Amino acid sequence: MTTETATATAISVTNLRKSYGDLEAVRGIDLHVSQGEVFALLGPNGAGKTTTLEILEGHRERTAGEVSVLGHDPQRNERDFKDRIGIVLQDTGVERYLTVEEVIELFRGYYPHPLPRDQIIEMVGLEEKRTSLVRRLSSGQQRRLDVAIGLAGDPDLLFLDEPTTGFDPAARRNAWEMIKGLNAAGKTVFLTTHYMEEAQYLADRVAIIARGEIVAEGAPIDLIGREAITTISFEDPGDGPPPYPVSEFATLIDGRIVIETSGPTALLYALTSWATEHSVELEGLTVAPWTLEDVYLKLTADPELEEGPEAEQ
Amino acid sequence: MNDVRLALRQVVYENRTFWRNPPAVFFTVALPLMFLVIFNLLFGDDLIDRGFVGEVSGSTFYVPGIAALAVISACYTNIAMMVSIARDNGLLKRTRGTPLPSWAFLFGKIVHATLVAVLLVAIVVAVGAIFYDVDVPTNTMPAFIVTLVIGAASFCALGLAMTGLISNADAAPAVVNGSILPLLFISDIFIPLQDAPDWLQTFGAIFPVKHFSEALGTAFNPFETGAGFEWGALAVIAAWGVLGVLVSLRYFSWEPRK
Repeated sequence: MTTETATATAISVTNLRKSYGDLEAVRGIDLHVSQGEVFALLGPNGAGKTTTLEILEGHRERTAGEVSVLGHDPQRNERDFKDRIGIVLQDTGVERYLTVEEVIELFRGYYPHPLPRDQIIEMVGLEEKRTSLVRRLSSGQQRRLDVAIGLAGDPDLLFLDEPTTGFDPAARRNAWEMIKGLNAAGKTVFLTTHYMEEAQYLADRVAIIARGEIVAEGAPIDLIGREAITTISFEDPGDGPPPYPVSEFATLIDGRIVIETSGPTALLYALTSWATEHSVELEGLTVAPWTLEDVYLKLTADPELEEGPEAEQ
Repeated sequence: MNDVRLALRQVVYENRTFWRNPPAVFFTVALPLMFLVIFNLLFGDDLIDRGFVGEVSGSTFYVPGIAALAVISACYTNIAMMVSIARDNGLLKRTRGTPLPSWAFLFGKIVHATLVAVLLVAIVVAVGAIFYDVDVPTNTMPAFIVTLVIGAASFCALGLAMTGLISNADAAPAVVNGSILPLLFISDIFIPLQDAPDWLQTFGAIFPVKHFSEALGTAFNPFETGAGFEWGALAVIAAWGVLGVLVSLRYFSWEPRK
């Protein structure tokens, strides 16, 4: 009995640090991922996302901190650890002169309990390409083959580094359903992504990393709820009608009046009463709750732009 | 899973991908055989002074010379190119993330390269015997085989070492060819060095290529009366092989360099 099954912890990270020379890429982060969870690590380029991911996968050594993944220290490069994880990196090559079937067969052979080959091919939807050489696949198909290779060993924990970058909307939907299916089958999924709707749709919990630190962590719905902001917007009615009642809260963005509020009901009432009274049509009126993307943009905004250069220190 | 079986399986997959890759097959297999035919057409009937063993026919000179070229191209050039490309496109990193032991992966590359080298040498010797009337010596055959094995192992190690010095896959052809082509011209492979200035001979003798072609030449000389072992040359080749292993251990990288 290993400890992680007793506590149902898949990944546990405490005060993780990674420096490259003088550059501190990861500045003391804590993460906890339970088994069976889909966890998304979000952050802008250069925030420390890939560094963190690669430390968890065993591709990089940390500078300081505690890391336990499936009860193993990844940087010890242990065979039983590799047996239980699947890694789908960005831009990793495959032998171009093997067929889809041959590549999957090659990688299946590395693991003690691989998934059946045909099941893998079916899961990623490459049935029609099974005898094609890798070099003849489209980039979307190659990405699906990447996922197939990650699944070959029937991993307990799957790492997905930006799994749907470059996908068209339909392919992205398919990938999402596939990841949901894997999770339903009991696999823990740790993914990074640039697409907030992807995280919002897939992840049980997300962590947002910026400048090497975790700036928010929790279920997407809680992160959005914590901000509890609604955006109301409509096209600028121009100079004609008298000023609308809430103009002190509004900003003009690209010809649209945009109001962010934590009390949308009263504000809308005031606004629509005024519009009715003056016979003004509020063209293109939208009322939208904040999305994960709004939260993300707020939390990852560069402090040097907002608070002046001394904010960084 | 039996690791030895995994390692042998790597050889099978290496073999399959190699023969499907037209540029690899052309440069590694076809090019040495083309050189064999061309040099024999041009110089096959000349008498060449090999100094240490007397005069031999051009064909007898070129068969062991092209055999050396074949080993170098299958082991050194092929491994340095293919491994640099696999490193920079992320194939090495991907493999590193699986349970496959690192040694089994490298074993696949090295053993496959050596098998290609053996096949090429066999073809070169057979072509020499059938079309160019070259005598295949029997008394020195053990020396010929031992020399091939030491050469193959050393040039594989040097190929791996070279990947550590190649900054990225785009630079691989320039670095690999730039390091080996000049040596092929000053090492009794393309051209007999009988008229070369002494300093060039001395310079060539620093590197393993010349010792390899000489050792193969002695072991393939029909007039050789002894066992045909060039122990001094073999020691230099092996020393370069050891250097290759040491440089590989220090500089070999599984991470792409971009």
